[in-house]
Amino acid sequence: MAEGYIKHQYEPILPQKDEWPVVKLSKNRKDFVKKVAEASKKSVLEITGNNTDLLKEELETTLYREKLRIKQNPWAVDPDDDSDFWRKVRQVLVQTSADPHLNKTQKKKKYLEVLDDITMRYSEEIASNFVHTHYKVTRRIVTFGFARLLNAARVKGIKSLFSNQYTLQDKIQIVGETDQIRELASKGTIVMVPTHFSNLDSILIGWIISVLGLPPFIYGAGLNLFNIGIFAYFMNALGAYKVDRRKKNLLYLETLKTYSSEAIQDGVHSLFFPGGTRSRSGMIEKKLKLGLLSTAVEAQRANYQKGLHDVGGKIFIVPVTINYHFVLEAPSLIQEYLSITGQERYYKERDEFSTSYKISKFLVKFFTKGSDISVSIGKAMDVLGNYVDTAGNSFDRHGRKIDTRDYFISNGKVTVDSQREEEYTHHLGRRIVEEFHINNRVFSSHLVAFTAFQLIKRENRKLDLYNLLRLPEEDIFLVYVEFKEACEMVLNRIFELEEAGKLQVAPHMRQDIDSIINHGLDNVGMYHAKRPLIKNNNGNIETQDLSVLYFYHNRLIGYDLEKLF
Amino acid sequence: MGSFGTAIANILAEKSKVIAFARRAEVVDEINHEHKVDGLAINPIIKGTQDPQYLCENCDTIFFMVPSAAFQEVIRSFSPYLYPYHLVIHGTKGLCLNLPEGQKLSQIQTISRENILTMSEVILKETVAIRVGCLAGPNLAKELYAGQPAATVVASKYNEVILEGQRLLRTDKFQVYGNSDIVGVELSGVLKNIIAIAAGALAGMGLGENAKGLLISRGMVELVYLGNALGGSVKSFIGLAGIGDLVATCNSTLSRNYTVGYRLAKGEKLEEIQASMEEVAEGINTIRLMKAFVEGRGMRAPITENLYKVLFEDLKIEDALQYLMKYPFSVDVDFL
Repeated sequence: MAEGYIKHQYEPILPQKDEWPVVKLSKNRKDFVKKVAEASKKSVLEITGNNTDLLKEELETTLYREKLRIKQNPWAVDPDDDSDFWRKVRQVLVQTSADPHLNKTQKKKKYLEVLDDITMRYSEEIASNFVHTHYKVTRRIVTFGFARLLNAARVKGIKSLFSNQYTLQDKIQIVGETDQIRELASKGTIVMVPTHFSNLDSILIGWIISVLGLPPFIYGAGLNLFNIGIFAYFMNALGAYKVDRRKKNLLYLETLKTYSSEAIQDGVHSLFFPGGTRSRSGMIEKKLKLGLLSTAVEAQRANYQKGLHDVGGKIFIVPVTINYHFVLEAPSLIQEYLSITGQERYYKERDEFSTSYKISKFLVKFFTKGSDISVSIGKAMDVLGNYVDTAGNSFDRHGRKIDTRDYFISNGKVTVDSQREEEYTHHLGRRIVEEFHINNRVFSSHLVAFTAFQLIKRENRKLDLYNLLRLPEEDIFLVYVEFKEACEMVLNRIFELEEAGKLQVAPHMRQDIDSIINHGLDNVGMYHAKRPLIKNNNGNIETQDLSVLYFYHNRLIGYDLEKLF
Repeated sequence: MGSFGTAIANILAEKSKVIAFARRAEVVDEINHEHKVDGLAINPIIKGTQDPQYLCENCDTIFFMVPSAAFQEVIRSFSPYLYPYHLVIHGTKGLCLNLPEGQKLSQIQTISRENILTMSEVILKETVAIRVGCLAGPNLAKELYAGQPAATVVASKYNEVILEGQRLLRTDKFQVYGNSDIVGVELSGVLKNIIAIAAGALAGMGLGENAKGLLISRGMVELVYLGNALGGSVKSFIGLAGIGDLVATCNSTLSRNYTVGYRLAKGEKLEEIQASMEEVAEGINTIRLMKAFVEGRGMRAPITENLYKVLFEDLKIEDALQYLMKYPFSVDVDFL
């Protein structure tokens, strides 16, 4: 993997926007929505085993939950005819089940019509509204606007307005298999799976994709974000489809999965945050949400069934690890994590991304002061987690070329076996987690946070985590010499792990230990009101917020480094 | 070809074409020309080969019935010819030590779960096959060969592997159950060997049925605890592959593990016993690994620990029994 940061302009792999899969999708939106509705209907029927009573039950459950949602949790983004629609559904269901003149086949037909209506409605609601001109505008705002901010801070005087001395790529370093992903995106379909620590990630990834010259990816965004007009504009522009977390009924979930699966089969590159939501603990995701991931496996099998045996029908999973010195939401995330897992009294802090004022303040700080972000593009894999080469061929651990289609074969034919695919999805999930750890890039701030927290923990061996975090911060300090020694010990182990290919290390870690520590102290959670780590006047190390320190410390969990203490 | 492999090949041959792999040319010749293995007649449909590639290219489903000591080696020799479309089912009861290169068990004393591989984990590690299953249960080869009624468990995470195993193996005299907890089923077959050694020892001391009843039930508790710690589920241990196999082995004078315990109790040393046995009694290796695992975990397993001392530290078997009788077990069953 390339060591240096990659900073050059990539030509778009598909210069003509009409060739972009996402544009094709939006042009055929109507047909696509219909196709998704049809396919969802089919899979719901399969799940209910073509049993009319079971189907009726599912429809009734859906209706009940939807009515409850409308009553208890309405959102601005909900369509105006929501209650009307469900009232009508109710009418039909009641009439059909009570009507003595209808025979079984007629009843079934009625239920199928209702199912049709609902899946069609869901499919329409989920579908993205990609508009190319909006995409262009958004991209320009992001790159241009950010570049202005950046140069304004660093280049003095009036010239700053026009200076191009600094670009976003100075702040955000892209490393890893960039050429491979470009190559594969032009041959097959990419499913990108990044780690998720901050709300910034969606915008960041969108920008990365465009910098790499890739056509836009579609991704699922929480419907709640569409409540806010300006967000809705950006989300649509970036190709987002809508995921409504309030709707947990079978029909909705099937439609959502079908949408993703069909889009992948159509060759539209997709993006999932496989952790589901932002990592509350600050640890790299260990348990993934497998629902959307399963659609990649399903789409691959479907492509093989359609006889697409070459690279054009192949789906590539690309893990991406994002590393920050600073996560704006860290204090509220870790509070949430602790209140879920622990005995800590639950109290909700204000969501740091709640007001646009706060967001802008953060952005200004971010661009004017400097806190680097690195994005590692991992090696691409097939849907079973085998590495692939730039031609899209899969290889097993011994470097032997294998055919991904073989995984779906029984008795010589490609077969559908949902239980098998479920296991494959688990397997893929484990592989992605492994790759996240391998691609993780250690920063100085991770090192100092990890070491400091472990030292504090060791000194208070008898306390469990929650009692430890309740220690008054004023009472805690670490003698610098000891801290430095421990940092060196951890760093040596990190270099050993790097040697063994188990993680990566940022270039700023190759200086003398004092410089690394200073760099780490300067950067770790640098914009929080209460800093996780600082050097006091005596040169010793103190913390102002132990929970946030714990959050940043967690980034290095999963490598058995804690055994050093 | 071992006796268990021969018995299974015969059962399979009732419904399907079977190719049998043997490492020695004489055995292959005997299969192909005389339709016999070690003088025992087998179904003439069964073809013998020494060539893993030939076998892999002609079979979609492969049953590995290999002694555990040779398991890894055999799997490695098949690895280059196995593809993701192969279904693999093994019937080997043993564990494999998985240490970083250059390390030995004698150097590190304690081990954790990552250092122990079940046989299906060996297959997953060494090959690209992923649809893997195992076969376990009270299946004494001689009785199977004689066509006596019996049952077995096919365990796999994949339903299709279980169904295929059932389709291929099920006959009027051989019942096949399914289980999705493959690790639990494998561990049942492995851990019961510890108790089998103990059962042999009790018999060697001339003790009666009360003692055996005591051993089997206490042994079961220990098996459940060890098995849980290694990632198996209680349900599997109280099933056919667990209790079923435990009872069969603890009563069988045919079992190698039982024989080891019996001869120990008669005063022989472990080296003498091992020198005079053709195949390794798997229980000895299992006890060694489990003792290191138990110590790494900080848990207790009194039967295993005392057998370890008897086997490797010259504790007298009477003293071990004395110790167990004094051990403060207070609750009968606390795992359900």
